[in-house]
Amino acid sequence: MRAALLIARRELGAYLRSLSGYLIIAVVLALHGLFFNAYALAGTKRSAEVLQGFFWTCFGFTAVAAVLISMRLLAEERQTGTIDLLYSSPVRDVEIVFGKYLSSMAFLGLYLLATTFMPAMILVNGKISVGQIIAGYFGSFLVGSACLAVGIFGSSLARSQVVAAIASGCMVIALVVSWLLAKVTDRPLNDVFTNLALYQQHFPPFEKGLIHLRDVVYYVALTYLGLFAATRVLEARRWK
Amino acid sequence: MIQVEGLTKYYGSQAAIQDLSFSIAKGEVIGFLGLNGAGKTTTLKVLGCVLLPTSGRVEIDGYDVVENPHEIRKRIGFLPDAPPLYGEMTVRGYLSFVAQLRGVSSEHLAARVEKVEEQTALRDADGELISSLSHGYRQRLGVAQALVHNPALLILDEPTGGLDPVQIVEMRRLILGLKGGHTILISSHILSEISQTCDRLLIIQSGEIVAQGTEQELARRLGGASHIELEIQGSGERAVGLLRAVAGVQEVSLQKQDEGTATIRVEAPLELRPALVRALVKADIDLLRLERISEKLESIFLKLTHGKGAG
Repeated sequence: MRAALLIARRELGAYLRSLSGYLIIAVVLALHGLFFNAYALAGTKRSAEVLQGFFWTCFGFTAVAAVLISMRLLAEERQTGTIDLLYSSPVRDVEIVFGKYLSSMAFLGLYLLATTFMPAMILVNGKISVGQIIAGYFGSFLVGSACLAVGIFGSSLARSQVVAAIASGCMVIALVVSWLLAKVTDRPLNDVFTNLALYQQHFPPFEKGLIHLRDVVYYVALTYLGLFAATRVLEARRWK
Repeated sequence: MIQVEGLTKYYGSQAAIQDLSFSIAKGEVIGFLGLNGAGKTTTLKVLGCVLLPTSGRVEIDGYDVVENPHEIRKRIGFLPDAPPLYGEMTVRGYLSFVAQLRGVSSEHLAARVEKVEEQTALRDADGELISSLSHGYRQRLGVAQALVHNPALLILDEPTGGLDPVQIVEMRRLILGLKGGHTILISSHILSEISQTCDRLLIIQSGEIVAQGTEQELARRLGGASHIELEIQGSGERAVGLLRAVAGVQEVSLQKQDEGTATIRVEAPLELRPALVRALVKADIDLLRLERISEKLESIFLKLTHGKGAG
């Protein structure tokens, strides 16, 4: 665990010292703000519905930010050869992956923190419950966690960051649209696709301020699966 | 310190190294020589626990690389062919990170980092960003990261790669300074470096060890034993006749006759050197130079690798 924390600290330092990290946050945040203005604030709505709309946009932009933040994590280590430093140190592969995950979660946390001005504006100008905000952010955090884990898996597969981002993006999109597959398949396959859907099946309750254990378990399981797969890829590379 | 038996590593269906066997004793400095693609880097990566072998047994300090890689990693310092550096960190920050990663306690951290900065002459670059360092500094920092936890075994893959002559001399001094305290395995293309820094050589070709031993042992084995070269004043032909008459001399040949001086090659045991000198002095021939000429590492290397792609 000590090694994972060391790796996380170094990685977070790399995010904070590099321009690319801030650039990702700035661009995604700007687009998020525009979408919030265009979709969540459009028309006449109750404050709670506006907040629901904010978290709907938050889902998408958190997923995008997660894919972009995670693309460099392992791909860059391979590209620059620094992975050999980690491989030849007394650090387990799971600690490498977990360290990367912790740092990217902290950085994604900064992004989510930067979005709080939007619900704060709704809170000041309307009437919403703090519980809905907390639940929405909790859900966004879980989505971010799952997408980061998928992103780290994608990053473990490629040497190029662009390829890693494309691979992770494809996996996240596949998870988002899996409910469409459910419509054209029969049982039990359609049950599987329905329950796999990253947004459709699991996120709307968070937007409304509801936290269901099944949704939490889904996102945590997806996070575990992504990190587990990335660890196995790192292990397999030693045998390759 | 290192026991390798039947080490084989495949990349897909391609064998990078095949059935390698060698052993390295504690405290030895070993030069690992081979042409590009011979399998040096793969072997060093297996020893550095970066890659796992396809088959064979590798033991370092009594631990098996497959069963106990974690224990081995605590005991080794590995410099890959490209130094594994994080450009956004400072030299000190990076060394502290690596030291902690390799288990140096916070109590000893500052002292270890300072010591290794001193050893590798990095003190003046202590607070600099790695991205702003020159190639020579980066290479030294690569060695420093391998040394920072004071490992028993140092594995250095091309430590002098891309360095200018001054930096090469500095690196050689650094490696010679580490002798005695660590077992060192160095791979290099610069044969003179290996010749000057290593106790023993391992020569690898097409994934197989083709020879191992000291430079002299290899020269002897290849039939290129040392000979004696003499430079005299006066007629070479007269001196050749005198030298041929010395008991034990196998062959004498006139190499060069310039104005007033001659160079003569004598094939004879080295113990005959005093007798050769006496024979010349007795005949009132002035001896300007007597030198033992050994087979150079380059020619040993070329013979062993059949000169493929070399030079």
